[in-house]
Order: sequence, then structure tokens, then C-alpha cells
Amino acid sequence: MNAANYLYVSALLFTIGAIGVVVRRNAIVVFMCVELMLNAANLAFVTFARINGNLEGQVVAFFTMVVAACEVVVGLAIIVTIYRSRRSASVDDASLLKR
Amino acid sequence: MISLAINVGQTQTPEAVLFWVLGPLAVLAALGMLLVKKAVHSALLLAWVMITLAIFYIAQDAAFLGIVQIVVYTGAVMMLFLFILMLVGVDSADSLTETIRGLRPIAIVAAIGFGGLMISLLDRATLGRQLVGLAAANEAGNVQGLAGLLFSKYVWPFEIVSALLITAALGAMVLAHNHRVIARPTQRDLATARFRSGSLSTAAGLPGPGVYALHNAVDVPALLPDGSASEASISATLKARGDVIDSRPFQLKELEEDK
Repeated sequence: MNAANYLYVSALLFTIGAIGVVVRRNAIVVFMCVELMLNAANLAFVTFARINGNLEGQVVAFFTMVVAACEVVVGLAIIVTIYRSRRSASVDDASLLKR
Repeated sequence: MISLAINVGQTQTPEAVLFWVLGPLAVLAALGMLLVKKAVHSALLLAWVMITLAIFYIAQDAAFLGIVQIVVYTGAVMMLFLFILMLVGVDSADSLTETIRGLRPIAIVAAIGFGGLMISLLDRATLGRQLVGLAAANEAGNVQGLAGLLFSKYVWPFEIVSALLITAALGAMVLAHNHRVIARPTQRDLATARFRSGSLSTAAGLPGPGVYALHNAVDVPALLPDGSASEASISATLKARGDVIDSRPFQLKELEEDK
């Protein structure tokens, strides 16, 4: 098997995550799709680290994981705050600035 | 023209089997995540994708990242997602109607274009490279190799990331903190409200449930002086469940000697 196949999987997962962010309306699902995109990028980093025989790609993937964890914590707190005031987790309902 | 014929080196057969079993499953699960209606199902499918990626990491000589992936993502992050889902409501199914007209076809076309661009660019990114492998870099162990990099070349980003973690935890605490808009009513306020509520029948508190010589339980209504059962003496929950016993059998009967 060609080691670059991992990169193709990574690209596919990233694209699927991007579609999810645009198409889905539930804020939590949108958030999960963002996580999917971050994970896909991590897979690419790890694969490139292996192709180049260099651990720096893995270090970057590690940093990405930490930043993703922070992002999840703050993002979910924002979703809970919005849910508390609007009783809805849909991204379409938080459109007060539009009117 | 997209050519998929880049070759950065072959891997061993067992890894190829692993990849061809798990890779399509991961992509299918990710697609399912887009298509299922309920957020909980999406979360479970995402957990599966993350476990697959952890296996891929371990297969690619990144043992540390594989373990961290399982602990942090499938452990902490997915639990957090499920927890918030429980809080927001598990049954909240996503409405799959389009709110912006034509959004879905545009998104799919853009995604195909973007994915095609990325896959064709992968050619150039790996052009003329051979698979070096991590055998040399992992010579002293994967964790030792990563630690060597983290605490020498990347020590400054590492410190910044730790500050970021603390800031995120604080931010989440501030955001999740619940301010009371109205002050909580004190006992005195409640008593005043009772006396000002039109009728004084409940001012002294509601009657207790039935306590009789033969039966003593919360599911029997108390008897009022005129002999009728008091509706207010039983909890509304018991009434709704239909668990209320009739109190008539417990009424005071005329004594045998009086007859």
C-alpha cells in the first residue's frame, strides 16, 4: 500500500467536515464537524512526519490536539450560554443582529 | 488532471489490510455523521472516526499520539459533547430543511472542488519524496523523541499552550456561570405572598395527608371537619399518577355501643 493513501483519507475527512459545517444547523453538530476537520489535519501531520522521517509533524499534531481541547471547552460553554437564553441550539435562531 | 499515482513508498502488508478495512469505514462514518438526523448518533459516529484515527496513528509509529487521541478525544472531548447534548436535549433532532435556498447544492459543489484541489495538491506535496519512516527518529522511543523536541526546540510554544489551556478553563467557567436575574425569594417574602393571595384558606399552610388509626400514609387525603376529603392534602404528582386511595373507609364510624 502507498503511504500517501493516509493523506487521501485525511483530505476526504476534512472535506466532509467542511460540508458539515456549512450544511448542518445544530450548533453542536457543526462543532463536531469542526473537530473532524482538526482530526483530519492531524492525520495529515502524522503521515507527513512519517514520510519525512521527522518527529516535528507529531509535535505539531500534539499542539493541535491541545488547542482543539481548549476550543471545545470554550465553544461548548458558548453553546450552553446561548441555549440558556434562547432555548435553542440551532445556529439559525441566533440571528438577532440581522433584524 | 488529477493523477493518483504518486508513490512515496510502500508499507508492509498487514498495515495495508488495516488501512483498507478501517479507512473506508472512517470515511463512511464521517459521511454518516453528515446524514443522520440526531445529534447523538453524529457524536457516536464521530467517536468511531476518532478511534480509527488513533489506530492509524499507532500504525504510523506515533504511539504517543494514538494513546493521547483515545484519552483526549474519545475520552474527554466526546464525553463533553455527549454531556452538553444531554443538557441541551437529546431528542433535539436537527431540522433538515434548507433555510438558505440552494445552500446544499452549492456546498456540495464547493466541497467537491475543494477536495479535488487538495487531493491533486497532495501530488506536489509528496513529489519526489521517499518514505523515510520513523525508525531512526523513534530510536530512543516515541515518547522520548517527542519529549526531546517539546522541551528543547518547542519549549516556548509549549508554555504558551499551557497558558491557553488555563485561559480556556477560566473562560468556560465565566461563560457557564449562572447569574440570578431576580433575587431568590426569602421565607418572609413567601409568607407575605401567601397572606396577600386573595383567599386566606392556605395562609397557614396546606393540610397534611391522612393520618388514621387504620392507615397512615401520604396517599390518603385528609378529612375536613365536614367529612369530605381534602384535595389539597395530597401531592399533585400522586394525584396525576392515580395512586390516591379513597379515604372514606377510614372515616369515623358510629360506635357499636351507641346502636
